[in-house]
Amino acid sequence: MKIEEKIAIDAFKNDTESHITLDQGKCRSCQERFCVYACPAHLYELNEDTGEMQVEFAGCLECGTCMIACIYGAVTWVYPRGEFGVQYRYG
Amino acid sequence: MEKIDVVIVGAGLAGLSCAYALADAGMMVVVIDRGDFPGSKNVTGGRIYLDPVRRVLPDLWDEAPFERHVVREILTLMGAHNSTSICHYSETRDESPYPSYTILRARFDRWFAEKVGEKGVFVIPQKRVDDLLMDGSRVNGVRAGDEEIPAEVVVAADGVLSFLAEKAGLRQKFRPEQFAVGYKEIIGLDKGKIEDRFNLNPDEGAAQLFVGSLTKGMMGGGFLYTNQDSISLGMVVGLAALNNRKPRQEVYQLLDEFKARPEVQRLIDGGETAEYSAHLIPEGGIGAKPKLTTHGMVVVGDAAGFGLNMLITVRGMEYAMISGVLAAEAIKKAREKSDFSALALSCYEGLVNQSIIMKDLETFRGSVDILKNPRLFSLYPQAVCDVFEKLMCVEDTPKEKLSSTAYRELRKTILSLQGIKDMWSLRKI
Repeated sequence: MKIEEKIAIDAFKNDTESHITLDQGKCRSCQERFCVYACPAHLYELNEDTGEMQVEFAGCLECGTCMIACIYGAVTWVYPRGEFGVQYRYG
Repeated sequence: MEKIDVVIVGAGLAGLSCAYALADAGMMVVVIDRGDFPGSKNVTGGRIYLDPVRRVLPDLWDEAPFERHVVREILTLMGAHNSTSICHYSETRDESPYPSYTILRARFDRWFAEKVGEKGVFVIPQKRVDDLLMDGSRVNGVRAGDEEIPAEVVVAADGVLSFLAEKAGLRQKFRPEQFAVGYKEIIGLDKGKIEDRFNLNPDEGAAQLFVGSLTKGMMGGGFLYTNQDSISLGMVVGLAALNNRKPRQEVYQLLDEFKARPEVQRLIDGGETAEYSAHLIPEGGIGAKPKLTTHGMVVVGDAAGFGLNMLITVRGMEYAMISGVLAAEAIKKAREKSDFSALALSCYEGLVNQSIIMKDLETFRGSVDILKNPRLFSLYPQAVCDVFEKLMCVEDTPKEKLSSTAYRELRKTILSLQGIKDMWSLRKI
């Protein structure tokens, strides 16, 4: 089962605005890409064309792992606004 | 807006336990949660140990919507292509009151919030608390969007990432070594199949932990818990170990590889994934504990870092509940004197220090460092699996003494100088 399929099973109410913002200046000079390896939902990807790090905030499981794994402080992460984000039915 | 007595931020086990314990004290108590319903943002592995919380919350458990009471414990050491399991069953653990249950938090917390509501506490979902109302160093309430909610006391029960503790200046910057990421699938499976595969009667449950090659040398492991008609299957990986691993490893892939292991695949065969969830686990131990009180605010549960990895048991939920109840006691005392200063609320810190929470964190102070040893998660589980394989094997050559086989296999690993030092270090756990 692909990770995208797992995420698709979850219930989400998606906001139009992202609750995750990246400091592309820091991302550009980052060699390790901690976010890419740490996100359990596989939402981080480097855009090879633009050189920018991208995050698909809509599939976020709201664990906050990326914010802590990124020791450069490039990930600004808040909870999605009330009513939005993942809604766990089992938890 | 009129000042309410207590605002509790977060409808998890800590926040709801605090609300429940405050409910009869004649105070106006409000719980605010950002989820669609209380529980919809909450995740555990998981299983809960009830004996530590029965005393502080004695009357809650008869109708509680747990999944199965755990009667069978399985510890599996994983090699790259083999595994060795120890299975424990105890008749005494199969008698009510049961000491431990498997649990799904969206269901349990929703029920718990209803109980809290029945006692007169307002539980408000779908509202994200954005900030604290501060007057100098005193917390005067919270802000949610445009709405200001003034309160005598704020209870920060906002979980492992506790932005409120950060805003109040109670904790230091987070570091990867203080956390592990837990992630799991809920795999729907027929009740009868679960009971057959794990040798269980109805309502009995099994808990299985996996240590070894599945985390590829990183601190962590796998877990499997049987629910009524689903299996919680997941992994925990330390963030520092993940950040430092070479070659790099995407954490989500480990779960797929774990699921594909024959030992696991057969247990979940025919099941269908119903949910995928993730959560951080506080594993910084006593060294990562924030300050618990300030003027007008207390910190409880995961927000206070109350979690403990004891290698074969991982605990947090009962500490959350106990800390919530202790915070309620401190708030009641503070109210008698109408004094919610840091000094008045500091009796919460005292209560926590005397409780099982700090005693456990103190006892296992050293385990945080011991668990950084990668050999515990790779070399030794593999060595045990290999020696078992050799001992059980009968070939067409004359068999040597079992002790000779064991010694030859283990002298490279556990019986080496390094191995003996590592085993000796385990006394701290």
